Amino acid sequence: MLDIRRIPIASLIGIVLTTLFVLTAVFAPLIAPHGNAEIIGDVWEPMSANHWLGTDNLGRDLLSRMIYGARITLFIAVLATALSFSLGAILGFSAAVFGGWYDTLLSRLVDLLMSIPTLIMGLVVLSVLPSNLVTLILVMGILDSTRVYRLSRAVAVDINVMDYVEAAKLRGEGSGWIIFREILPNALSPLVSELGLRFIYAVLFLSTLSFLGLGVQPPDADWGGMVKENKDGIVFGIPAALIPAAAIAALAISVNLVADWVLNRTTSLKGGRG
Amino acid sequence: MADTKAKPGLLLDIRNLRIEATVYPPGEAPKTITLVHDVSLTLEKGKVLGLIGESGAGKSTIGLSSMGYGRGGVRITGGEVILNGRDILKGGKEGFRKLRGREVCYVAQSAAAAFNPAHRLMDQVVEASLLHGTATRAEAEKRAVALFKKLSLPNPETIGERFPHQVSGGQLQRVMTAMALCSEPDLIVFDEPTTALDVTTQIDVLAAIKDAIRDTHVAALYITHDLAVVAQVSDEIMVLRHGRLVEWGGTRQIIKEPRQEYTNALVSVHEIEHREQQPGTTPMLSVKNVTAAYGGSHVKVLKNVSVDIFPGQTLAVVGESGSGKSTLARAITGLLPPEQGSVVFDGRTLGNKLSDRPKEDLRQLQMIYQMADVAMNPRQTVGTIIGRPLEFYFGMKGRERDKRVAELLDEIEMGKGFVDRYPAELSGGQKQRVCIARSLAAKPKLIICDEVTSALDPLVANGILKLLLNLQQVEKVAYLFITHDLATVKSIADSIAVMYRGEVVRYGSKSKVLTPPFDAYTDLLLSSVPEMEIGWLEKAIAGRRMESAGN
Repeated sequence: MLDIRRIPIASLIGIVLTTLFVLTAVFAPLIAPHGNAEIIGDVWEPMSANHWLGTDNLGRDLLSRMIYGARITLFIAVLATALSFSLGAILGFSAAVFGGWYDTLLSRLVDLLMSIPTLIMGLVVLSVLPSNLVTLILVMGILDSTRVYRLSRAVAVDINVMDYVEAAKLRGEGSGWIIFREILPNALSPLVSELGLRFIYAVLFLSTLSFLGLGVQPPDADWGGMVKENKDGIVFGIPAALIPAAAIAALAISVNLVADWVLNRTTSLKGGRG
Repeated sequence: MADTKAKPGLLLDIRNLRIEATVYPPGEAPKTITLVHDVSLTLEKGKVLGLIGESGAGKSTIGLSSMGYGRGGVRITGGEVILNGRDILKGGKEGFRKLRGREVCYVAQSAAAAFNPAHRLMDQVVEASLLHGTATRAEAEKRAVALFKKLSLPNPETIGERFPHQVSGGQLQRVMTAMALCSEPDLIVFDEPTTALDVTTQIDVLAAIKDAIRDTHVAALYITHDLAVVAQVSDEIMVLRHGRLVEWGGTRQIIKEPRQEYTNALVSVHEIEHREQQPGTTPMLSVKNVTAAYGGSHVKVLKNVSVDIFPGQTLAVVGESGSGKSTLARAITGLLPPEQGSVVFDGRTLGNKLSDRPKEDLRQLQMIYQMADVAMNPRQTVGTIIGRPLEFYFGMKGRERDKRVAELLDEIEMGKGFVDRYPAELSGGQKQRVCIARSLAAKPKLIICDEVTSALDPLVANGILKLLLNLQQVEKVAYLFITHDLATVKSIADSIAVMYRGEVVRYGSKSKVLTPPFDAYTDLLLSSVPEMEIGWLEKAIAGRRMESAGN
């Protein structure tokens, strides 16, 4: 069913790059030539045969740091996105199906959350709460879920008035069936494209938080944190800060290419077989 | 019809027209399909040619080709379109620009979608004349007002100042006809101008169009799928099927002595044999004095409605849009709890709200919708759609369920091969059949059919009606049949309720309701149904006793 020759070239690039990123993240300890926090040389050594990407501000191998960084970045972003999606989509769908005061209450609550700039909200909450991974993921997921809620509620409200949903209600189906079997499959394509976008926002948000010192705590570092560690080097013409930045950009683009492709495939109403 | 001696000569001459389109089936190489196969036609000045056929017959495509236009991706690949002595296909873009809106004008099916909602009607009506510089604004507006008057629109002096949403559907369609006539074209293409209207409104629009054509000596291509309608306005009729010419002849010849089998089928489409059953003693479902309104508003959509349905029989509810027919269905199913009154089923009162009714009651009442394609989840296969009620009500699983699904597919005259299909892979008639199977799967005592044939081609609709009647014999199910089409009612009903503005104005067995003396509204409704007879329109207009509600 899945013919590799029929995948557009852009999507193929996206798929290959994304797979590479994911594999790197999963097998980080096996691939990385040095340990994550191991100091092996001088500060900001240039690229060489020993250290392909040079060393960072403390003399650690930048390539190894990048590989471990991929692991942390992807891990947090994936979990935060998963949380924001399950939370946002389920609440959004149920608000559309149940309506009434339930819908009003949730929607106004979401409005309230969204009226505060995400970054400021994140900064305040994270500086109050203990800084560990769980808090970080929870904060990112919940803040992001407001966007998902808005989208899935809007999509579901449209679907909820379709005759086939009415037919299901007349049949006496429970809200579980209506949400997961009638609405969800039809809301999937806008949600999948949003998923790609939200994942990238999660990566960017995490990078921002780490850059500001509230994200992943040293000695571990995600890519955003690595930009922060090495940013002073830019003044001296040392590119160490640009490498993690470029990795963030590459990840963002390749994930979006994949999301576009998935979207194209799922919009077909003929089960993808024409 | 128009006085042809005053303006003799050929206006439009289409020769061997071939129209193609490229389709891109997913997973296959793009291929070219031919929509119109070498069709030729001629039209004299001041004459009206009716193009008739089911959907996909190529009527609109041919009609639009007379102005050199092909809808999204459609290409005119062969033949000549000669208008006023020159081949317009050779004129290029500039030629089309000069032609459209000046020599040829177009009247679309849905006036509501064709008008720009942000501009006043008058600005849109005179636009073509101004762009082509054929008249000054004052002249064009004067002409428009005269046309509004001729098309018997209310307040012809001021209606142009309104926005499209401020006039009714029938009026909007007439304004669109005025728009087409305003630039004094030689040819107007009418694309199903009355299909979306109620019968009682259709007759007014039809009469207005006919008068306007006669008085302005314009030639017209009249596209429709309703033979009875086209018989009223056209001089000649061309029957099309699958992009090919079936038969072409004078109106009288086509409807009285059709030479082709297909034409004959179209002419005799509404004749279904059905013997009226006498009402039994105890009704299965009684609607008692139901009054209902939407969202607690003061406008009552249903006023004190009472009807009975007997086991295994059909009650037809007729009326124009806004008469409350569908609301009655919603009140019976529990989707709209009535404010007063009750629904009694099998001797017990049903809960007002849907959530108050037990599963068993829900099973006994099933519903079939007008638009079959939105009544089925596009992401579920036919097997899932039909199988779900079996699982849900009877707990059938696996092989047992599949066997029953296959039986049901047989009953609706579709094969087992359809189990894995998605709704998007079915034709309109097949979709409606699947919906019928889904409701039958629940083994209900009553099926509510909400305009189930309105969106279908006449021949397909005919097949569906026959199927419903056969199933009634086999399954002993009762129907509540909501429709605005009296021909359908005559074919299948045992008793009839005529609704007008939320009230039942006439109710009884079919023979009683359809026998004079009539009340004013039933008379209007009955006399508005187009009959396959030349000169019916004039007779009907002359004999009317009241104006339709939409006017």
